[in-house]
Amino acid sequence: MLNIENLKVTIGDSEILRGLSLSVKAGEVHAIMGPNGSGKSTLASVIAGHEDYVVTDGTVRFKGADLLELEPEERAREGIFLGFQYPVEIPGVNNAYLLKAALNAKREHHGLEEIDAFEFLKLAREKMAVLGMDPKFLNRGVNEGFSGGEKKRNEILQMAMLEPDLAILDETDSGLDIDALKAVAEGVNALRAPDRAIILVTHYQRLLDYIEPDYVHVLSEGRIARSGDKTLALELEEKGYEWVREAANA
Amino acid sequence: MSTESEHLESIVNRRYEHGFVTDIETESLPPGLDEGVIRAISARKREPEWMLEWRLQAYRQWLEMTEPEWAHVHYKKIDYNAISYFAAPKSDDDRPKSLDEVDPKLLETYDKLGIPLHERARLAGVAVDAVFDSVSVATTFKEKLSEAGVIFCSFSEAVENHPELVKKYLGSVVPRRDNFFAALNSAVFSDGSFVYIPKGVRCPMELSTYFRINAANTGQFERTLIVADEGSHVSYLEGCTAPMRDENQLHAAVVELVAMEGAEIKYSTVQNWYPGDEEGRGGIYNFVTKRGDCRGANSKISWTQVETGSAITWKYPSCILRGDNSVGEFYSVAVANNLQQADTGTKMIHIGRNTSSTIVSKGISAGRAQNAYRGLVRVMPQASGARNHTQCDSLLIGKECGAHTFPYMEIKNPTAKVEHEATTSKISADQLFYCRQRGISEEDAVNMIVNGFCKEVFNELPMEFAVEAQALLNVSLEGAVG
Repeated sequence: MLNIENLKVTIGDSEILRGLSLSVKAGEVHAIMGPNGSGKSTLASVIAGHEDYVVTDGTVRFKGADLLELEPEERAREGIFLGFQYPVEIPGVNNAYLLKAALNAKREHHGLEEIDAFEFLKLAREKMAVLGMDPKFLNRGVNEGFSGGEKKRNEILQMAMLEPDLAILDETDSGLDIDALKAVAEGVNALRAPDRAIILVTHYQRLLDYIEPDYVHVLSEGRIARSGDKTLALELEEKGYEWVREAANA
Repeated sequence: MSTESEHLESIVNRRYEHGFVTDIETESLPPGLDEGVIRAISARKREPEWMLEWRLQAYRQWLEMTEPEWAHVHYKKIDYNAISYFAAPKSDDDRPKSLDEVDPKLLETYDKLGIPLHERARLAGVAVDAVFDSVSVATTFKEKLSEAGVIFCSFSEAVENHPELVKKYLGSVVPRRDNFFAALNSAVFSDGSFVYIPKGVRCPMELSTYFRINAANTGQFERTLIVADEGSHVSYLEGCTAPMRDENQLHAAVVELVAMEGAEIKYSTVQNWYPGDEEGRGGIYNFVTKRGDCRGANSKISWTQVETGSAITWKYPSCILRGDNSVGEFYSVAVANNLQQADTGTKMIHIGRNTSSTIVSKGISAGRAQNAYRGLVRVMPQASGARNHTQCDSLLIGKECGAHTFPYMEIKNPTAKVEHEATTSKISADQLFYCRQRGISEEDAVNMIVNGFCKEVFNELPMEFAVEAQALLNVSLEGAVG
């Protein structure tokens, strides 16, 4: 589904990704771990198409096509979803309105008819029940005055509604208490499917207790320093990131 | 049938008989302004002596006045002697013959706004008698109104047929010498609307300039007078969401509203004059004086405006809250894009006891535009128990535009409660990226955020107008980002 080869990315004057390669197939869950500043969030942003990042080398292919050619909204409609680390507030814009607009933009792109208001509400209420969200959320401004946990749940709700082919969750676990973490993890697990890939970007192993990854990659200095199965995360927890860095440099 | 309604009937018939387009085709006067020009205007309109005298006095007062310079707008000095004060409409020979000859860009805009086909021709100034379509509509309309006893006609007709009403109320809210542009308008006004709602009558429909035949040709110095007698109610819609082309750069309109005891006037405007090209060339200068007088107790005047057009807007719809318990409201969305300049706001003058006013102003600036809110709340010594709430929000799109707020408060009664809230926000790159990551295009994202910002004001507009206003805003801000 996603093939990244030798990706080099700069922001401003500094090179963040220095030749990263990664391959993700449908049905797989990958966890990307690494210390602060290793390039985890950069990777997520580049896949989503953030314009502040400049790709200087390498290729990113998504479902066989050149992803870097596409605008951010085109990538989204093609099935890429980014769960933001810090979801932005958009005061005055109704949460339901944004969600419906997003859903219809995707449907239109795929030649489907717009979803009608009744169907939309029914679908949204179903998904919210799974996530333990109050339906009143729909009528509030997008992330306006939401707590940290509410913002993250809202991201998962959007993901559940949009049913992406590739979901990238950027530090979705940060700032969550244990109940919120469980609810978010349940939401993600409910979306695991043979035709869908999920990339979890996380600093801690904690999230992986609830969402079990197929592969774990450790990023160090802009490259994948080590890959393995879920036991790598546990080993990492025990030995710390220094161990990977030393191993990579050795 | 009353004489009033018979009279209305006869107007309708007469207009139809003559075909109004040829009716108004008269020669233009050469540029320049002196007493001779005013006499000529008055003569062309076959006005009575008292009307001419009123104009002449206004002109003499205007001569002694100077153009105001306090507004936060900049433009080249206007040469008042270079303007023709009685411009005949373009003759059919000069107009485009069909929509094929009209600027495709303009047509594209009409399309986006969902303007009906027959309307497009009229708006673009095509030389077909497009208003023909609306004649039958107008007839039914006039019948209904005359049954209710409502007078709704052009200002010229009112001068001819209802001189006692015009004499009584004209200039009673905006005196001739009120300000430079009002004085100019009083001297040379071309035409406009006159509305009178009799005692206790609830006007059976929303009055719209759209239905007033000839509305497209009121010219650059429009004059409107609306009188709501005791216990009556009227909602009036001015303007049109479609971009209006006009050969005349200077527009100086005057609107006077009078609400007697227990009466209510709701005045909604969507203004979309040509703002000029991206460099601001050729746009309309819009210097308007709008004022409502809550003359009787328990009366209410409500202004709602969506301002998107004009190169320069100078406009402060105001309420004089004279009657006890009277209510004044001002809801405004002002958009300035490219090189547009807007200095707009309101004045609430509290004179009666327990009067209250609400101001909600939403300013949107994009491109290199400058948008200023200027509002005055004055509570007179005798106005005990006065209340005001002002909310003034600015939204900036891009880095080169500006928003300015000039609130003035003059409170001379210790029992007054006056509140002022102001916010300034920006559409951030993060907000746009967030929306785009959800599959929503940048343009749609901007529209979504802008419409969310304006919601409170749009809610005040009559339903159909609100939908149009929303579409209009989207078109006005096209290309504002990126």
